Order: sequence, then C-alpha cells, then structure tokens
Amino acid sequence: MTQTITIGNVPVQVMNRFDLSQRLVRLLKNDEAIVAGIGNTNFDLWAAGRRPQNFYMLGSMGLAFPIALGVAIAQPQRHVIGLEGDGSLLMQLGALATIAAHKARNLTMIVWDNQSYQITGSQPTATAGVADIVDVARGCGIKQSLWARSPEDFEAQVTKAIAGGEKTLIAAKTDNDQPHGQTHRDPVLIRENFMQGLGVRSATTFAAD
Amino acid sequence: MAETAPSSWFDIAIAALKRNEVKLITYVPDRVLAPLIKGLQADPYFEVIVATREEEAAGIVTGAWMGGVRGAVLMQTSGFATLPNVIASLLVPYQVPAILIVSERGTLGEFNVGQALVCRTMRPVLESLATEHHTVTRIDEFDFILDRSIKQAVMTQSPATLILSPLLTGGKVL
Repeated sequence: MTQTITIGNVPVQVMNRFDLSQRLVRLLKNDEAIVAGIGNTNFDLWAAGRRPQNFYMLGSMGLAFPIALGVAIAQPQRHVIGLEGDGSLLMQLGALATIAAHKARNLTMIVWDNQSYQITGSQPTATAGVADIVDVARGCGIKQSLWARSPEDFEAQVTKAIAGGEKTLIAAKTDNDQPHGQTHRDPVLIRENFMQGLGVRSATTFAAD
Repeated sequence: MAETAPSSWFDIAIAALKRNEVKLITYVPDRVLAPLIKGLQADPYFEVIVATREEEAAGIVTGAWMGGVRGAVLMQTSGFATLPNVIASLLVPYQVPAILIVSERGTLGEFNVGQALVCRTMRPVLESLATEHHTVTRIDEFDFILDRSIKQAVMTQSPATLILSPLLTGGKVL
C-alpha cells in the first residue's frame, strides 16, 4: 500500500530513497555531476551505481548544495545535481538564498525528506512538523521548487530540470528504509575520481609502461 | 608584474590572487576587508559571491576547485571560529587548497570581549589540524607571503590561512 501525505491540497506519495536514487542515475546521459550529502543520501547513491561524476561527502553536514554550486560555477557547460537530506539542508538553509541569488542555471537540487534524522535513530526533523522545504526554497527565491508526487513524476521533473535551463529544487517525501550500501571512505580517492570524472585531472597510473 | 607596485594591502592582495589564478572569491562581510571586497568586485577577472555562512563559502570554493577553478574565502576572526568542522572533515581530508583570508579581530585594541576571546581559539585550531598559516603584519612582506602560500597550497593540495593583523590593515577601532 502506497502511503501518501497531503501538502497543501496535493497528495504526494511517500517514496523510497534507493528506488529514486536508481531512477535518478538512470536518467543521466551527459556525465552530469552529483554531489551527495552525508549519510544515507550518499549511501543509497553509492548503491545505485558508481559513476566517476559522483562526489560523496564524509562530513561537513549541509554542504552538498554549496559544493554543487561551486562545481556548477567552474563548469557552466555541465549540469550539476546536489543531493541532500532534510536534516542536512535544515542545517544550512542560508545556502538556498545564496544559490537563488547566483546566475548559474545548470544546477538542480534534490531533497530526500524522510522527516527524520534517520541515521542517528530517526529523531524527527522540523519537516515532521510544520516546516516545508519547498516553501522555504521558494521563499529564498528558487522559483522552480516543487514536490515530486510519485516516482514517475520525480523522473519527469528531473528530466525537465536537467533540460530546462532553470535552477530547480525537487523535494521527495521518502520512507525510512535502511540504505542499500555504504560508501567507500577514502576522501582522497573519492575526490580524485570525481576530478577525473569532471575532466579536470587525467588518470594517473604507477603501473609499468 | 604591474607597471607600478601596488601601494595598499588590498591592492597587493588583488594582484597576488590574480597572478595565481585565484578567480573565485566567496566571503562573509567584514568592515576591515571592505576595500578588498570592493576592489575584487570592481575587477571583472574575479567572480565574487557573498555567502550566508563561512562554511557555505568554503563549500562553494571546494566545489569550484574540484571543477577546475581556484578560490579563496574571506572572513573575520569570528567567522573562522565557525569553520573547524569543515576544515577537519572537508578541506584537510579531501586535500582542498582553499585559501582562507582572515581579518584579525580580537587583538591590538579590540573593544568587544567576545571578539577577543574567539580570537584566542583561531591559532590553536589551525595548529591542532597542522595546517599552514601565517599572520601578516608588514605590508612589505604581504605579497611574498600570500603569493608563496597560494603556490604551496596548490602544489601540496592543502588549505592555507592568512591572518591579516591590524598591524597590516589598521584593524577596527571604536
């Protein structure tokens, strides 16, 4: 049975983070970059399939969107996706205002809103009460901010955002399913792979010629 | 080199940043840094972004560097005090050569005890993480210290912090 939550007058499905992560990765055809926030957000991205254009944070909670903005500024020809959980985003809401004010258009922000700090014992976040991430983003000036109503709607919104030339924030209500993997935890390797995936570095090998 | 040597500390900073291709500047405002921020904004070479927090400013510079653009973060002492988590969990372990330029409050005539206390946390934090940092007190040394610090940060893939003393900038007094 699919659970729904009514936001405003609109029913939105409670979806599965791993399923949506897989759907997201499948939609990427042009080496789009993904910057994923700490914890279950990047665990499920990792489990959805490794890509050299994925960056996995191991700390600095709340900085997925600012890091994604930096990548978008440096590489305006590439589309960049920030992936963040509700708890992380609540820690750095000011970033939404900074991003809204910036001229970069090649940036899509995705928020997995499970209304809890799941990894620390599922304590409720403010979004379990009255806080609404999409309203906050709109209030910060990100006009294209919306709830994904279903997995199919999520795919359609992501496709539109990547093609659209407008900064977009897509939020999805997600369940409390456990993550389907855990990231590798070598920051230098993660960063070096990412820079190679972005074409900033070429692969280095110490193997004999 | 410029035809005439820059005479003010902020013109020296702008020239050294440009010479080392540090194009992206993120900042949280500070009175002492105002002429530097104004000069950077007036120069089309730089992209200058105001952030709501220093953590966010450091995050933007990190993303830009991974995408191929060098950056620096401007802040005051109290802003630096919000950064230890990001330095320890992002800049140092991921080897990000972010240039952190800090206007030093809290010493040499400080009027706010909160600033004076927070200033005392800055160098111990930098020492505990064993990151490169220099306090600039003399204008004739500023170009050398900033230029070489940027070069070392890039070559060794490590953040570098430049603390601008009131002896250099004049500081902020009542």
